[in-house]
Amino acid sequence: MKKTSRRDFLKLAGATGAGLLACGAGSALANEGLQVNNEELGMLYDATKCVGCKACMSACKRVNHDYGSLSYEKAKFDEDGLWDAPSDLSGSTRTLIKLFKESEQRWSYVKYSCMHCQKPSCVSVCPVSAMTKEKITGIVDYNKNTCIGCRYCQIACPYNIPKFQWEKAVPQIVKCDLCKSTNLREKGISACAEVCPAGAIKFGKRKDLLDEAHQRLKDAPDKYVQHVYGEHEGGGTNHLYLASMPFNKLGLPEIKPEAPAEFSEKIQHTIYKGFIAPVALYSTLCFIAVKNMKKHESHDDDHKKGDK
Amino acid sequence: MGHSEEYQKLEGKIFTKSFFILLSVVLLGFYFVGVRYVKGIGAVSNMSDGYPWGIWITYDVATGTAIACGGYAVAILVYIRNRMQYHPMIRSAILTSMFGYGLAGFSVMVDLGRPWNAYNFFIPSKWQANSAMFEVALCVMAYSTVLILEFLPAILTSIEQSKWDRMNAIRNWLHPRFAPDKKTMEDKLEMVRLGALWLKPRLNKVLIFFIVLGITLPTMHQSSLGSLLLIASTKLHPLWHTGFLPLLFLLNCIFIGYSIAILESIISSYSFKRPFEIEELSGLASLIPFVTVIWLSVVIGDLAHRNQIAAALKGDFYSGWFMTEFVLVAGGSLILFVKKCRRSARWLFISASMIVLGGALYRFNVYLIGFNPGQGWKYFPSFAEIMITVGIVALEILGYKVFVALFPVLPNMDLHGAHKKKGHAKKHKGEQSKPLPQSEAAAH
Repeated sequence: MKKTSRRDFLKLAGATGAGLLACGAGSALANEGLQVNNEELGMLYDATKCVGCKACMSACKRVNHDYGSLSYEKAKFDEDGLWDAPSDLSGSTRTLIKLFKESEQRWSYVKYSCMHCQKPSCVSVCPVSAMTKEKITGIVDYNKNTCIGCRYCQIACPYNIPKFQWEKAVPQIVKCDLCKSTNLREKGISACAEVCPAGAIKFGKRKDLLDEAHQRLKDAPDKYVQHVYGEHEGGGTNHLYLASMPFNKLGLPEIKPEAPAEFSEKIQHTIYKGFIAPVALYSTLCFIAVKNMKKHESHDDDHKKGDK
Repeated sequence: MGHSEEYQKLEGKIFTKSFFILLSVVLLGFYFVGVRYVKGIGAVSNMSDGYPWGIWITYDVATGTAIACGGYAVAILVYIRNRMQYHPMIRSAILTSMFGYGLAGFSVMVDLGRPWNAYNFFIPSKWQANSAMFEVALCVMAYSTVLILEFLPAILTSIEQSKWDRMNAIRNWLHPRFAPDKKTMEDKLEMVRLGALWLKPRLNKVLIFFIVLGITLPTMHQSSLGSLLLIASTKLHPLWHTGFLPLLFLLNCIFIGYSIAILESIISSYSFKRPFEIEELSGLASLIPFVTVIWLSVVIGDLAHRNQIAAALKGDFYSGWFMTEFVLVAGGSLILFVKKCRRSARWLFISASMIVLGGALYRFNVYLIGFNPGQGWKYFPSFAEIMITVGIVALEILGYKVFVALFPVLPNMDLHGAHKKKGHAKKHKGEQSKPLPQSEAAAH
């Protein structure tokens, strides 16, 4: 009697364990590859052309004036908060130009903003669909009216892009949305690309940008690192980079070609596919538990009789 | 499951010295919660865009719910492995789980930046099934409800037997003008009692299905707590980032659950001056090594498979934390392999503490210590942040102390614990659920 139940338990434990193991092993299998959509909108930033004027930053702040006050981003020497001197992307800064200086001769500007991934981690992890990727434009957008502020998107993003307004009682996540509802809608181009005086930011469809980038690499092989950052990183991004220095030196992390979201979703989907495993688990456990309960009750009754 | 006499209320006063000490800690914590809602999360915490999850998520949610898995682990043992002799332990385990999960939910509401939008979890069009957090959130909410249902019989029994002394005392204390009429109040309280009488047998009939739900849900969300970090492939140190995270988290919560049930029983026996339940505890303790051995082998096997053994032995910051976690769990389990230690309250306490610490450290390693968002980011919890967490833990202990005095939660001393009193007059059903020799059990 007891033995059967133990066997049941072990069987069950074995089955659950095996299922979980299988999904662990499944993840090691080759990536089925995700469909890259080159029709999506994006930007090509050429660090060699950038002059560091930060016109893109101020244009970005102007266009997105509804978000955030600038005062708390003050520089250390600016006690009155008159200056906006961000040292990193933040709850009020969606794009930022930094200067990386290796030596007096070797330096490069670099622009940070949302990479608009082909398979965005932030969209994959958002529990309430506050982060979405537009089907046609590929813009990764944020909806503050849905967001619960869990900040899982920040954990998930390999580029550390979504920022949170830590100082506010009513905070939100802040990131580039390619001027989706502002400059892009009015003028068909993102504000930063529109104002760039040096032509360092090119706005367009991903396939055109990629062609352009590879053409530039071919035309000036000595000038560039022979790599388009974002072409394959993390499943590909719509924000592409060209530079004369190794990208990891410019603060762009080295990321494998597989999208992190592919890996995690595969495991999550294997466990919860069609909700079969949880339902099977529940019914098996119910079966065992009810059987055990009955057994126990009859066992009690036997004893009662015995007592009498 | 007519086991109601298996449990008893704890005799004694509620408002003791420790009650007020805990209360002041709780109030301090809640003061900072107030500050957080007025001035924003940044005002009380050291979290940043690099470390968006601090100790509130790491301790209160990821670790706290594992520590609250006593109810889950004991329920598996009692209802699935059919070891009814552990039944007396289940109510206090479920009570702790109830507080653990309830307060994890509370701390999530403190941690969420936009908690007023949390209703989106109930709107199907907003569901995002790819998100491990969505799964965790729904399961944890459902499980908290199930825990309340599982605990309901204790409350109903208490209502049935209540003489309403406290209610009458409050009535007498009130000014006669505000106090309700004695007769009407008695009638109303009688209605409540009748309601409880009506509900209890009906609840008892379906309770087993909720209990099983209470086993299924933690199996799901405890593994998903591991899945949460699967996506952070570039940020989580390779010692901990693996496809086995869900399995490791599930096993981890089971051995933490059994260890915490042991600790809880020893601590409450000690502080409430009741006899130790050595018989039950040593049986429980003998199970832990089975789970920890599987866990440890998966950890080692996986590290070997991913060629990370060298990183584990490297002796740097990460390897140090990894080794600490590993040694605590392995060491605690080794102690439990010794039969003599399993029968000593002291050794049980030591080994269970080691395993809980090691298991909890594993979750800290995954969520915080092994998490590195890149250069320039640092995190160490602020005083206010720690006090909110400490306040929540204090509230758990406080709630436990009050509940064991108000409701029949702890095992009845006449039946359990005091094992010498074999020939006790109150021979009762609970008696046969004492550990039976294997042969006798098989005969039935």
